[in-house]
Amino acid sequence: MQKLLNNRHFLGLLFMLPAGVLLLVFLTYPLGLGTWLGFTDAKLGREGVWVGFDNFIYLIGDGVAQLSLFNTLFYTAFASVAKFVLGLWLALLLNRNLPFKSFFRAVVLLPFIVPTALSAIAFWWLYDAQFSVISWTLTRMGLITQYIDFLGDPWNARFSAVAANIWRGVPFVAICLLAGLQTISPSLYEAAALDGATPWQRFRWVTLPLLTPIIAVVMTFSVLFTFTDFQLIYVLTRGGPLNATHLMATLSFQRAISGGSLGEGAALATLMIPFLLAAILFSYFGLQRRAWQQGGKD
Amino acid sequence: MAAVSIRNVKKHFGTTPVIHGVDIEIADGEFTVLVGPSGCGKSTLLRMIAGLEEISAGDIAIGGRVVNDVPPKERDIAMVFQNYALYPHMKVRDNMAFSMLLAKRPKAEIEARVMKAAGILGLDQLLDRYPRQLSGGQRQRVAMGRCIVRDPQVFLFDEPLSNLDAKLRVAMRTELKELHQRLKTTSIYVTHDQIEAMTMADQIVVMRDGIVEQRGRPLELYDHPENIFVAGFIGSPAMNFLPGTLKLGAGAAHVALAEGVTVPAPPKARGENGQKVIYGVRPEHLTMANGTGLPATVVVVEPTGADTQVFARVGGVEITAVFRERHAFHAGETISLAPDAGRSHLFDAESGKTLMEG
Ligand SMILES: Nc1ncnc2c1ncn2[C@@H]1O[C@H](COP(=O)(O)OP(=O)(O)O)[C@@H](O)[C@H]1O
Ligand SMILES: [Mg+2]
Repeated sequence: MQKLLNNRHFLGLLFMLPAGVLLLVFLTYPLGLGTWLGFTDAKLGREGVWVGFDNFIYLIGDGVAQLSLFNTLFYTAFASVAKFVLGLWLALLLNRNLPFKSFFRAVVLLPFIVPTALSAIAFWWLYDAQFSVISWTLTRMGLITQYIDFLGDPWNARFSAVAANIWRGVPFVAICLLAGLQTISPSLYEAAALDGATPWQRFRWVTLPLLTPIIAVVMTFSVLFTFTDFQLIYVLTRGGPLNATHLMATLSFQRAISGGSLGEGAALATLMIPFLLAAILFSYFGLQRRAWQQGGKD
Repeated sequence: MAAVSIRNVKKHFGTTPVIHGVDIEIADGEFTVLVGPSGCGKSTLLRMIAGLEEISAGDIAIGGRVVNDVPPKERDIAMVFQNYALYPHMKVRDNMAFSMLLAKRPKAEIEARVMKAAGILGLDQLLDRYPRQLSGGQRQRVAMGRCIVRDPQVFLFDEPLSNLDAKLRVAMRTELKELHQRLKTTSIYVTHDQIEAMTMADQIVVMRDGIVEQRGRPLELYDHPENIFVAGFIGSPAMNFLPGTLKLGAGAAHVALAEGVTVPAPPKARGENGQKVIYGVRPEHLTMANGTGLPATVVVVEPTGADTQVFARVGGVEITAVFRERHAFHAGETISLAPDAGRSHLFDAESGKTLMEG
């Protein structure tokens, strides 16, 4: 026993045990169970039996599931690009020497602090067919004559949901990129200015390359969060109208819990995994330390 | 290459004045060192010359052209930053070529200029490395290389050696001086280290609290400091200062120090009888005397091999003496130190200005 306790490998394993158990119980088990359910015909209140790829084959042919895949990709692509552009722009603004700098930084964080469900309700009001402040303002300004049906029309609803997601996600991107910007030494910009770089060239040849590592991390997280988004859609539209805003996550929930088809819902959720893995792999290779970040070697 | 003139330049950050009217003339091809304690405004002045800080008042002219409103990139200057500011994501080659790439020079010319600068600085083997893969001295050279390739009118240096270890600093000092002798580009060099200033400069500008205390050739400043600040700042170990009263009248002029000690006044000193003065003598201008000099109580002796530094107390003031010979004093012993009258200094105690003539 004493000898065992002096063995580095045994001790290492021993110390890792609690973390390992936690990972197993709270991460691996649910993931495994979910995946397994996807291969059964389990219903709420009824244990299922193994049905192989039946659920997947059915879902691939299912119009609504196909639509939800399209919606998810559209939602993720559109929102992520917009969040990146807006976030970078905000970060660049906040990185300047503004008066009330810390105040503005705090304000930018607000959407991030408000619980998603709460902000979704606020957006729901903003998008209301009769009481929308946006429509009211536009009418007053004489830009439109008829109230916009934000959530009633499929494409309007898609864009409205994307807009809400952008609003909610920009602070995260902006603050992370701001942190990245602040690690860039001001003397690099001064050196570039002396080297003859215009402000755009300074951004293109100094800021952007030095920010790429952090951009890769932030955008990976942003894509993962957006792809798996649930709360916002669930509160705002419940996937409607005509399933136009159903994401894979919301549809999976609807099929599994509201509809009772646990197996089918689980299979749909499992179908998200390849996309998420792809995003992670993409960033893994994008994130690999670039040659210039590597330490000295002689 | 170009001359630089700084005329009555002032700078304030918000309402805080930092530079209070500075005049400096720098001749074409000259190596000028701005030296002064930390926070005296050297970097600020240098950055105004570079165009990185706005000039609050006065004019700066480079090659006869007032550049107050000229953006940095059109001033035709190059600067070595204290942290070198090398672009971490570019190889040495690209760091050096960056300015020419921006200027859209032909590829062949860029390559030729980079190779030439690399040859001068011994960087040929390092062109494909990233800054992270270089030692401090190598980075320093790359920063120099980035300046050289542009062949600018003026080089600016902001404490370029302060991040290097002592030994490398001395080596780079020589290297920089050699480089200047070879290129003869007007250079303005900021440092807080008076040894760097003394060894490298054609002209030294001593600054304190945003004003110029004195300007001149290194040995001029050493031999004829205009005030106590310059006298104490230039030279190492620093000059000894002994407060006293000037006594004129019958007999030779002398200075009465504390505790009844007197010392002959420097022959070239001018002052009034009874004037409060500071008597200054450099450690290397004190010699051993047989009872005829200042009685000094030895506190500590530090032999360095090449010379012997003695810390001693004279009239309640601690002074330093440096001897080329070896001495085996012990603490508490009283020795007699004779100042070299011809190389001593006298300052007005109140204004700190020199009382020496010519
Ligand atoms: N951007 C700035 N804003 C406010 N004060 C500054 C700024 N830059 C420098 N200072 C002040 O100006 C003075 C001179 O600074 P600096 O030129 O950097 O001194 P040095 O290089 O001689 O050590 C210092 O007191 C410093 O605090
Ligand atoms: Mg400085």
